[in-house]
Amino acid sequence: MIVYEVFRQERKGQPFAHAGSVGAPDAAFAEAYAREQYGRRGESVALWVVPRDSVMQIEEFVDELQRNYHRVDGYPLKEKLKEARERAGTAPPADR
Amino acid sequence: MSERERLLLPIADDELVLGWRNSEWTGIAPFLEEDVAFSSIAQNEIGHARALYQLVADELGTTADELAFDRSPDDYQCSRLVQPRLVPDWARTIARHVLYEEADAKRLEELKASDDSEVAGLAAKIDREEAYHRMHAQMWRDRLADEPRFAEALEELRPLLDERGTAPEFAELWDEMTMVRRSVVGATW
Repeated sequence: MIVYEVFRQERKGQPFAHAGSVGAPDAAFAEAYAREQYGRRGESVALWVVPRDSVMQIEEFVDELQRNYHRVDGYPLKEKLKEARERAGTAPPADR
Repeated sequence: MSERERLLLPIADDELVLGWRNSEWTGIAPFLEEDVAFSSIAQNEIGHARALYQLVADELGTTADELAFDRSPDDYQCSRLVQPRLVPDWARTIARHVLYEEADAKRLEELKASDDSEVAGLAAKIDREEAYHRMHAQMWRDRLADEPRFAEALEELRPLLDERGTAPEFAELWDEMTMVRRSVVGATW
């Protein structure tokens, strides 16, 4: 049994998003099962069905330059905004 | 007997009984994805039976449920092919599925050309779901093509397709199929 990852597009022009996976003995079965589980009820306009082995997964990211100032963490914008508003005497904008 | 009754009742009986038999694989199919797919096919067939019974019922002034469950076992006109219980023989189950879908496709083409617009409309709607069933049958046929058990099963079951009327084993199926309905006589559920 091969695991196939299924991505579906909800509307034309939208990005494909991961929907789930199906187990199937070959591509023809994977197509049928993907149609059955992700395409038969009008929930998708297109599917990508890809053997899991064909997906390259990358998950370790080396911070090779050691330049923390390139990163945006450590800047709690919310706090800074609050302080600035207090100094200026303005209230936060109402929820839109 | 009305034209619809003559034409549609045997088909509705086929779909109901095959849907029932196929549903016996729910939870025990060879693997999970197939379980989902085959159960879905079974449910579709029962849905088609319901819609076909309804068209006949409209004309006879009765209900789809009464046609499905309240007739005597001898009155069912389903093909002999759909009646046997084939669990746990997957090769024979797929052989039946392949034979049935092939015959059903031809029958639906004829119904789509019917002068009765409601019949033609329903046939077109059913056919859209059947396209998926045919694809499913075809992929299994391709996969089992070199499997001797599958070839034997096709040979064994093919002659049953055109035999209509209930076989001895139908009594047991009918008993199970109508048990709940008969358990509270007169209930409107």
